[in-house]
Amino acid sequence: MAGEFRDIKGVAKLTGSPERRKEWEQQLAAHRWSCIGWPSQWGGRDATLAQQVIFAEEYARAGVPGRVNHIGVELAGPTILTFGTEEQKQRFLPGIAAGTTIFCQGFSEPNAGSDLASVRTKARLEGDEWVVNGQKIWTSLAHISDWIFVVTRTEEGSQGPKGLTFLMMPIDQPGIEIRGIKQINGDAEFNETFFTDARCPADSLIGGVGDGWKIAMGLLAFERGVSTLGQQMGFRNELDEIIAAARANGAANDPLIRQRLAKAEIGLRLMRYGAMRMLSQTDHSRIDGAALTYKIQWASWRRNLGELAMDVLGQGGEITDHADYEWDMLPNLFLFSRADTIYGGTNQIQRNLIAERGLGMPREPRG
Amino acid sequence: MEFAFNDDQQMIAETARAFFDENATSERTRRAMAGDGIDHELWVAFCQELALSGIGLPESAGGAGLGLVELAIVAEAAGAQVAALPMLGSLAQAAQAIAAGGDEHHRAEWLPALISGAKIGGYFHDATLRSDGDRLTGGSRFVPHGSSADIFVVTDARRLWIVRADAPGVTVMQQTTMDQTRPLAHVTLDGVQGELLPNAPAGLAAAHRAAFVMVAAEALGGAQACLDRTVAYARERVQFGRPIGSFQAYKHRLADMMVEIEQARSAVYWAACAVDEQSDEAAMAVHAAKSFAADTYFRCAGDMIQLHGGIGFTWEHDAHLYFKRARALQTMLGNGNWHREQIATMILGEAA
Repeated sequence: MAGEFRDIKGVAKLTGSPERRKEWEQQLAAHRWSCIGWPSQWGGRDATLAQQVIFAEEYARAGVPGRVNHIGVELAGPTILTFGTEEQKQRFLPGIAAGTTIFCQGFSEPNAGSDLASVRTKARLEGDEWVVNGQKIWTSLAHISDWIFVVTRTEEGSQGPKGLTFLMMPIDQPGIEIRGIKQINGDAEFNETFFTDARCPADSLIGGVGDGWKIAMGLLAFERGVSTLGQQMGFRNELDEIIAAARANGAANDPLIRQRLAKAEIGLRLMRYGAMRMLSQTDHSRIDGAALTYKIQWASWRRNLGELAMDVLGQGGEITDHADYEWDMLPNLFLFSRADTIYGGTNQIQRNLIAERGLGMPREPRG
Repeated sequence: MEFAFNDDQQMIAETARAFFDENATSERTRRAMAGDGIDHELWVAFCQELALSGIGLPESAGGAGLGLVELAIVAEAAGAQVAALPMLGSLAQAAQAIAAGGDEHHRAEWLPALISGAKIGGYFHDATLRSDGDRLTGGSRFVPHGSSADIFVVTDARRLWIVRADAPGVTVMQQTTMDQTRPLAHVTLDGVQGELLPNAPAGLAAAHRAAFVMVAAEALGGAQACLDRTVAYARERVQFGRPIGSFQAYKHRLADMMVEIEQARSAVYWAACAVDEQSDEAAMAVHAAKSFAADTYFRCAGDMIQLHGGIGFTWEHDAHLYFKRARALQTMLGNGNWHREQIATMILGEAA
């Protein structure tokens, strides 16, 4: 990344330089690189899985910051393509593809973190509008987004996965308030999002009333897609940085550090070939169990990598030259990676999923 | 690299799995354990009826061709049953060393006999081996199935020789070994005549790679079997009024086993593919596979005992066969720390 956008090369913070990153998103779109896996009819390139993998790897290799609209491109777009009406496709897809409609995700709630089926945010139909009340939390990048998709409870008294509806809502309206949540590394990528008689048109729902669970689960399946391989290129950069630091300060001579670096290297390679296995498996009924293990694998690997980074850096890793509590890549990795084993389903939830769905264990009795 | 099995590989996997499931039963393995650690009937059937013993060996020498991916598939199936067979020493080490390191004459003399099961090969390394012309003096205390071997391939890490087990000066003593499915022997050579193989570097590389991949694949099969058997137990065993598999503490152990096993599977097939395709990554991949898969197996076998409770600790239950095999695979052919240090050297250079 050497040209016009070199000022945002290597931006580590997810919230860093949002305006420039939106411009970058639009630059990608101008050359039809914003959503290559989508159908060409909607601005994509009909790219095969292998092509998407190559693109994701090259993208990360160039040191380009994370995609400011990855939720739009990887989650909202595919959801609309799969479950949306023709009219909804026309309304949303061009903006997402162009990088002008930025999306965020309204799933988690204060009392329903990994337990999506217990969301309480309510929506009721009033005339030709849905009226939404409740609260979401951990809404990444909501403060720079234009739209939010929200899982709401539309059936009074319903419980669990029943009675949920999936709504698309414009963020810029008086009924939606966004408050940043300052996190462990000083950054504020996440938000609390409050809905007080927030409104969206009646036809903003994806699927039918009560289909919310099905849509949300379909959407989570997209998360297991190609992005995993691009993500690994970022991990590669982080590990290389640690290797360089270990060489520079002599930690590379410590036999225990050598073992841990070797383990990290092995783990990274195995994630890569694991993802390849997952993506090349054509019989999807067979991959489910193996694919389920991927989240816990990378999250634990990266958390360990953060600890290894600090052990390589020594006490120097605990001070920063920046006055505003901003951290360089490796200390920031150490702090941020504590979230990896929580978001997208905690390690504990993942283990339940693996045991129940992957190994067929009986569910825990519920009260 | 291809990451899904093709139809032929799928067929080999199914055939091998069915063969070992049916024949390498606990009763038969336990009979072999009481003897020299080999189920000889099974070995002959594997070599001659199933005809998978020549996999990974050149067709010109009576082998079946194909590569380490197919060899790994077979070893995985054998490992799943802790089959008591001399596969490692005879096929992955001796035969591979002779095929790649020997000349026409060596290949013609020994490979058909090893592949058919008529002869059993052993292999060992002795860093302090002394050679006086073609006379060798030295030995090893840890030769897998050494007491059953007809020939030994012997190396000092630079050269390779073939030694006949019945040659004057060879002494073989079977050790009482923790893993009775693969007992070790103490072999000593006292001025024994050896036959030098002309291409030692190729023979050593082939034997190392095949052995690392085979051990890793065997570990993968064993680890998966530990998980499968524990899952089956977790469904049927009821405590506190419900199947123990419904308890979260139990589920999480099972899930962790599966997470490790899926990575071990990636490691084994990455290594096998990388060797078959002569990729630059092959050296790193075989070290990764050997260390990772063996550790995974040990962890899963230990968990299998724990998750079975008291019954898992008994001689009657098969859990200890897996546990002991897993321990043996961790230490043989270099322990995990040694393999990881090889990788550390690749990414960091030698320690100062």
